[in-house]
Amino acid sequence: MTENINKIQTGIENSGVEDATATAIEEDSGWIKSKRYLYWTSMVLPGVPILSAFLASETGNGLWLWSLLFAWYAILPVLDHFLGLDSANPSDELVEELGKDRYYVYIMYGATVAHWLAIIYVGYTIATVDFSWFNILGASLSVGLSNGLALVAGHELGHKVNDKGQVFAAKVILACSGYGHFFIEHNKGHHKDVATPEDPATSRFGESIYKFVQREVPGAFRRAWELETARLHRLGKSEWSFSNEIIQPALITIAAYTLMLAYFGPIMIPFLAIGAAFGWWQLTSANYIEHYGLMRERAANGRYERCQARHSWNSNQKASNLVLLHLQRHSDHHAHPTRPYQVLRDYPEVPALPYGYPTMFFVSFFPSVFYSLMNPMVINWAEGDMNKVNIDPDVKDEMMKRYHNPKVAKAA
Amino acid sequence: MKKYECPDCGYIYDEAIGAEHEGYPAGTAFKDLPEDFPCPDCFVREKPDFVEQSS
Repeated sequence: MTENINKIQTGIENSGVEDATATAIEEDSGWIKSKRYLYWTSMVLPGVPILSAFLASETGNGLWLWSLLFAWYAILPVLDHFLGLDSANPSDELVEELGKDRYYVYIMYGATVAHWLAIIYVGYTIATVDFSWFNILGASLSVGLSNGLALVAGHELGHKVNDKGQVFAAKVILACSGYGHFFIEHNKGHHKDVATPEDPATSRFGESIYKFVQREVPGAFRRAWELETARLHRLGKSEWSFSNEIIQPALITIAAYTLMLAYFGPIMIPFLAIGAAFGWWQLTSANYIEHYGLMRERAANGRYERCQARHSWNSNQKASNLVLLHLQRHSDHHAHPTRPYQVLRDYPEVPALPYGYPTMFFVSFFPSVFYSLMNPMVINWAEGDMNKVNIDPDVKDEMMKRYHNPKVAKAA
Repeated sequence: MKKYECPDCGYIYDEAIGAEHEGYPAGTAFKDLPEDFPCPDCFVREKPDFVEQSS
C-alpha cells in the first residue's frame, strides 16, 4: 500500500513534475511538519460558532452569531491573498511517514465531535436567549458553514473505506447536515464519472450555480441510492434494511434533530433546515468550481479517457488549503482518492483557479462575474476547440457560435 | 486462490477473502467478477486494470 502511495503515475504524466518539485521539498519540510499543528484548525473552526454564541449571550449582541460567515467570506479570502501559495510538497519519505501517522486521523475524529457540539450549542443558545430574527439567521448560516466544513472532513473520512473507524466517523459527521449519502455518491459515482456530462456533480460551461444545484442535489442522491441498492441486492438484502449505508446516517440525523426539536423547541425547525441547506450549498459551491467546463475525451469505443490531472481545477493557497484539508489540490485527489489530506501534492501546469475556494465560492454567487473570470480560462484550456468543453446543452449553440475557434485549436 | 492488485491504490483482491462489503463473498473467483467491478478501495480502477500477483 505505502509503496503505491509513493507512486505518482496516473494522470500526472508530466515528466518534469518530480524534478520541479524536488527543489521545494528540502527547504519546506519544516513547514510541512509544522502544518501538523495547524490542522487543529479543523477542530477550532467549529469552535468559532460556539464561542460566538457564548459571546452573543454574554454581551447581548446577537451580531456575534454571524462570526463564522464573516470569517469564511471576508477574513479567509484576505488571508489567502496575503499568505499566498503553498509551494511545499511532501517528499516520498514524508508521504510514507505522514501517510501512516494516525495523529491526522484523530484530528478528524475530534472534528466530528466538534461539529456536532457546534450545532447543539448554537441551537441551545438561540433557544434560550432572545435574539432578533436577523441574528438567528446569522446563527443558522454560521452553523451551515460549519456543516459545510463537516462535509469536507466527512469527505476525507469517507474515502477511507477500508478503515471501519473512519467510515463510522464519516457517517456521523456527514449526518450533521443530513448528507450521509455523500460518501457513496462521491466515491463510487463522482470519482467514476467526473468531468463528463453524465456527472451531476460536475458543472458545465455556461451553467450558473443556481441551475447546477437543481441538477446536482437530486442527481447525487439518485446515484447514491442506485449504487447502494445494487450493493445490497448483491448481498441478497433489501435496500430497506439497516445495512443500507444511506439509511444509517439518515437515522443519526433524524434522531439528533428530533431530540433538539424536543428540547429546544420549534425554533429548531428553521435553524436546522437553514443550517443543513447552507451546508449543502457549500458542497454545491465546491462541486461547482472543481471541474467547471472541463471534459474527458471519449474514445471511439465510447469509453471516456481516464481522469487526468488536467480535469480538475486546483488552487494552492496556503490558508484555505489548511482549512479545507488540501481539497484544493484536487488533481492529486482525483489521481489518488485514498491519499490522506496531509500528503496531497500540488503539481505545476495543472489547471489553476485564480483564487482560493472561499473567494471563488463568493464569486460564484454572481454568474456573470464568474463567467467573465472562468470562461476564458476554460476556452484557453480547450485551446479554442469548444467540442472539448463540457457545455450546458441549453446554451450549447450560442456558446459554440460565440467561442468555438477551430483555427486557434489547430494553431495551438 | 489468486490475488490481484489495484494499480492505483494498492488494494489487493484476494479470492480467498473476496470483497464482502461490496457483495462478493470469500471464494469469489476474480474471473467471476463483473467487468465493471471497481476497486473497492479507491473506485477509480476497474477489473481490467488489476494486475495479477505472482506468488
